[in-house]
Amino acid sequence: MAEQYGEFRELRYDSDTESLNLSFWPGSIPLQQRWRNNGLSADFLGDYVTTFFPLDENAPATRARQNEVKGAVAFIANELLENAMKFHDGALPEPITVHMNLQRDRILLQQSNGVSGKAAERFRDFVKTLRENDPDELFIRQMEESALSEDSAGVGYLTMINDYQAELAWRFDALAEAAYRVTTQVTIRL
Amino acid sequence: MTGQTLTNSLSGEGYAVEFHPEQDCVRMSGALRLGGLAEYGPISAMLEDALNGRERLVLDLSELEFLNSSGIATLSKFVILARNHGDCALVICGSRDIAWQGKSLNNLKRLMPALELRFE
Repeated sequence: MAEQYGEFRELRYDSDTESLNLSFWPGSIPLQQRWRNNGLSADFLGDYVTTFFPLDENAPATRARQNEVKGAVAFIANELLENAMKFHDGALPEPITVHMNLQRDRILLQQSNGVSGKAAERFRDFVKTLRENDPDELFIRQMEESALSEDSAGVGYLTMINDYQAELAWRFDALAEAAYRVTTQVTIRL
Repeated sequence: MTGQTLTNSLSGEGYAVEFHPEQDCVRMSGALRLGGLAEYGPISAMLEDALNGRERLVLDLSELEFLNSSGIATLSKFVILARNHGDCALVICGSRDIAWQGKSLNNLKRLMPALELRFE
């Protein structure tokens, strides 16, 4: 059975739901060359959702709303893609996948990649720390304490939670040879 | 700073960071999504250089459309540095039209209460 942290919401495929899938195998070209695709893909997802939040020139709030949803999707998708690129274990016969599911009252962004057992352990510890602490305090603490730290991966998740009011959930599925497939689901409420 | 060449202009695909010493201002523009804190090192060094020996520094982000979390961490660390440094008043200019700024810039004020945050 998969280990799960937080609530996973069902990905829907019906007439009320728009969805997009991306998948790639990072081993095929170097990370450095591929990095720019994170921004291209994230911006594409952000631009894509604007169609569903049309502008009404008689209602100025629609512009702010469109801008907000687009910004949230682009930021969160970019973070998920960056993390996938950084932590994916290219030796595993697993792709990185990103899925966007635009439902009536929420947007789900779900990303999945393969990691070694050791990396899964570190990430599981991080997820537990995140769930056991106040995310606002954790952000301040991380910034104050990690003035010289190289690791800023947690800042992405904390920013999603604190600044975008996103809800996060994780799942660890065991693969062969102690490796895992780690799935992160981010829910943005509309 | 020893051994590091300081520069007043850094740019890459889709972004530019420019230090204008005569205006006491550093301007960042475009979309910054470098791959981790180490890659932001030259920008951090430029910001630190701009802070030294100055009474006031303006960090103009009003044309910075996108910043990833490593960039947010870089800015946060710089703000903590400025706070601890103590003798330079820091002003950050942002734009209400850029979604991430309305969401995330206020956190910097929490790290440095004396920071002046201006939205145009």
